[in-house]
Amino acid sequence: MKILSEVKITFSAESRNESFARSAVSAFAVRLDPSVSEIGEIKTAVSEAVTNCIVHAYRGASAKGKIELVLRENENHILYIKIKDRGCGIDDVKKAMEPLYTSHPEEERAGLGFAVMESFMDKVTVRSVPQKGTAVIMTRKILSDRSGTDT
Amino acid sequence: MPVIIETEENTVIAHLSGEIDHHSAKELRSDIDLAIDRHRPEKLVLDFDGVTFMDSSGIGLVMGRYKAVKLCGGCVIIENTGSQIKKVMRLAGLDRLAVIK
Repeated sequence: MKILSEVKITFSAESRNESFARSAVSAFAVRLDPSVSEIGEIKTAVSEAVTNCIVHAYRGASAKGKIELVLRENENHILYIKIKDRGCGIDDVKKAMEPLYTSHPEEERAGLGFAVMESFMDKVTVRSVPQKGTAVIMTRKILSDRSGTDT
Repeated sequence: MPVIIETEENTVIAHLSGEIDHHSAKELRSDIDLAIDRHRPEKLVLDFDGVTFMDSSGIGLVMGRYKAVKLCGGCVIIENTGSQIKKVMRLAGLDRLAVIK
């Protein structure tokens, strides 16, 4: 897969950076000319992945962790997004991805983060090593056909 | 102000605004809970008209308030949701707990 352009941003794992990550992704994705609905879905998927890093990956960590966001425009109008942390990792990725599963039900987390990512992106891959960290890679083809309702 | 609370008879109306994510949900939650505690409403209306973005943190917010209102025998009505927000709510099956208008 040919990479046409790439941006890499590192930011600290704090909740006010959730909106920053969404804005960064929409600013980058504009070059692929997405529809309003596509950009809304992509922002939602990114928000879920970044929130997971903040809520789970660095839970109880003494120093503020870092989140790495890699954005690529690949050939054939594919938007590639990688969100990576060096946190606690996920012991059981399959279980973590089950809809409604949450490791912290007392905190009003709906357990829908991965379900949202999977339904709003074409492909979601999770690589995780306990005590090393997690990387979520998501891609979505931006459809150039605008015969639909969006203008 | 991310939420403006209005009360009339047995109804609490919460006009939400801005972006609802894990960061902003905390403040919204405590403001709405304060109103629920004080008024014990039969009906809680969550008005999403001013909400420009919502991820699954908003689902947690709605489900938590649903539980609180249900404890005092009330119901939840969700109003003015845009298409992105509706998609997230539908994914979570919120339409089974609350009336989505």
